[in-house]
Amino acid sequence: MQIQVTVNGKTRKSEVEDRTLLVHYLRDQLHLTGTHVGCDTSSCGACTVHVDGVAVKSCTLLAAQADGCAVTTIEGMAIQDSPTTSQLHPLQEGFKECHGLQCGFCTPGMIMTAADLLKHNPNPSEAEIREALEGNICRCTGYHNIVKAIQWAATHSTKPEPNQQEEPVVADEHLFTNDVTTGEVVETH
Amino acid sequence: MITYPFQYKRAGSISEAVALLAEGGKALSGGHSLIPSMKLRLNAPDALVDVGRIAELKGIRLDGNELVIGAGSTHGDIASSGLVQQHVPMFAEGAGHIGDPAVRNRGTIGGSLAHADPSADWPAMVLAADATIVVEGPSGSRSIKATDFFTSMFETALAADELITEVRVPVENGARMTYQKFSQPASRYAIVGCAVVKSADGKVRVAFSGVSDTPFRDTAVEEQLNSGQSATSVASGVSVMSDHYASEEYRRHLANVFLKRALNAVA
Repeated sequence: MQIQVTVNGKTRKSEVEDRTLLVHYLRDQLHLTGTHVGCDTSSCGACTVHVDGVAVKSCTLLAAQADGCAVTTIEGMAIQDSPTTSQLHPLQEGFKECHGLQCGFCTPGMIMTAADLLKHNPNPSEAEIREALEGNICRCTGYHNIVKAIQWAATHSTKPEPNQQEEPVVADEHLFTNDVTTGEVVETH
Repeated sequence: MITYPFQYKRAGSISEAVALLAEGGKALSGGHSLIPSMKLRLNAPDALVDVGRIAELKGIRLDGNELVIGAGSTHGDIASSGLVQQHVPMFAEGAGHIGDPAVRNRGTIGGSLAHADPSADWPAMVLAADATIVVEGPSGSRSIKATDFFTSMFETALAADELITEVRVPVENGARMTYQKFSQPASRYAIVGCAVVKSADGKVRVAFSGVSDTPFRDTAVEEQLNSGQSATSVASGVSVMSDHYASEEYRRHLANVFLKRALNAVA
C-alpha cells in the first residue's frame, strides 16, 4: 500500500507492505537508523519515536497506522540553523554533558521519551523522570546519569520542541552508496 | 517483525468497520496487544481492520448516571480525564499504571477488553465497577454485562464480526474504589490485580485480574465481607494460575495481600 508520512519535517510517499512496522519503514526504507530495534516486544523503548507529537514504540505500530501523520525521530531532534549546520537539542547536549550513555543503544529512545515528558512537564522531579522512563530499558544500567541528563536538559532548555518545520526537499540526500535504493519515492509537499 | 503477510484495511466509521469485519479479520485499535501477539503468531488474522481513527469511538462523557468511555480511548486519555478522575477514580488510577507512557499513548480500553489477557488491568476494573460493554455487529448493537463478557483465557462473549464501541460505567454517589496490583516489572501486567468498589451503603464488589485464566468477580469473598465476616475464601472457586512469575501458592497469597490493601484503601 502507499503511505504518506512527514518524517522530521519532510513529506515522504512510500510503498510499504501492509505488515511493515513503522520502525522497519524508518530504518530500512528511509535509512533513518538512529531509531533502534531492541526487544521487538514493546518493552525496551529503544524504538521510541514521536507520531503526531506523542511518544510511541515504533516496533508496535504498523507503518500504515502512521499514514498521514508527522513522525519525529532522533535525527529530527537537532535544530537546523542553516542548511549545513545544526545545533544539538538540549537533551542531546544533556546526555553529552552528564555522560548519559555508555553503549548508546537505548539513547535515541531515552531522548524521545524524555522529550515527550519535558513537553508536558518542563520541570520534572527525579521521581517523575524515573516514572516516565518506565518503558525504556538501559542494558548498561546507566539510569542515574540518564536522569541527570534529562534534568540538565530541563534547566537548559530554550527550545524544547523538536524541529518540525517543513524543509525544502533536496534531490539527493543519500550520503553513502549503500543508502541508495530503487523504488523509494521522495516527494515535496 | 510480523512474519506473514496480511491485508490492512482502514475503517472511517463504526458501520464501515462492522462491514469490513464481516469479510473476516480482526479489529486493530491501538495494536498494543494484537501486534505483539501477531509477531509471536499467537494470532494470525488474514486481515486487520484499523479502527484507530474512528472519531465515534473516541471521547468520554456523562450520560445520566453512567460514565461512557469510547472504546477507542487510550489508557492515557482515561488516566488524564477529569470526568473519569471525578466519577470513576479507580479507572484513572488503574489506567495510569498500565504498561508505560508510550504504551498508554496507544493502547485502548476497547482493544484491551477484546483481547482479554487474563493479566490485563481493565478486566478486574470493569468487573468491580459493574460496567457494561456495548458492541456493534451486523445485526445492530447489544450490551454485555462485564460479568458475562470474559468467558475464558483470551476468550470473550464478543463475536468475531462485532466491535466494542463503548464502556458504560455506573456512577455511584459516595462509592469508594481502588485498583491495586502487583506488577510484572518489565511489562507492568498484573501478576495479581485486585479491584474493589465499596458502595455508600458499605457493600463491596471484588474482582481479580491475573489470578485465574479468566478474570472474575469473587462473589464468595464479597458475601463474606458483606455479611461482616473476614475474607478467608479468596479465589476459592477458581483454578489459580501458576507460571514462571508466580506459583499457584504465591499467587493465592498475593491475592490475599492485594485484597487487604484494596480494602484498606477504600476503608
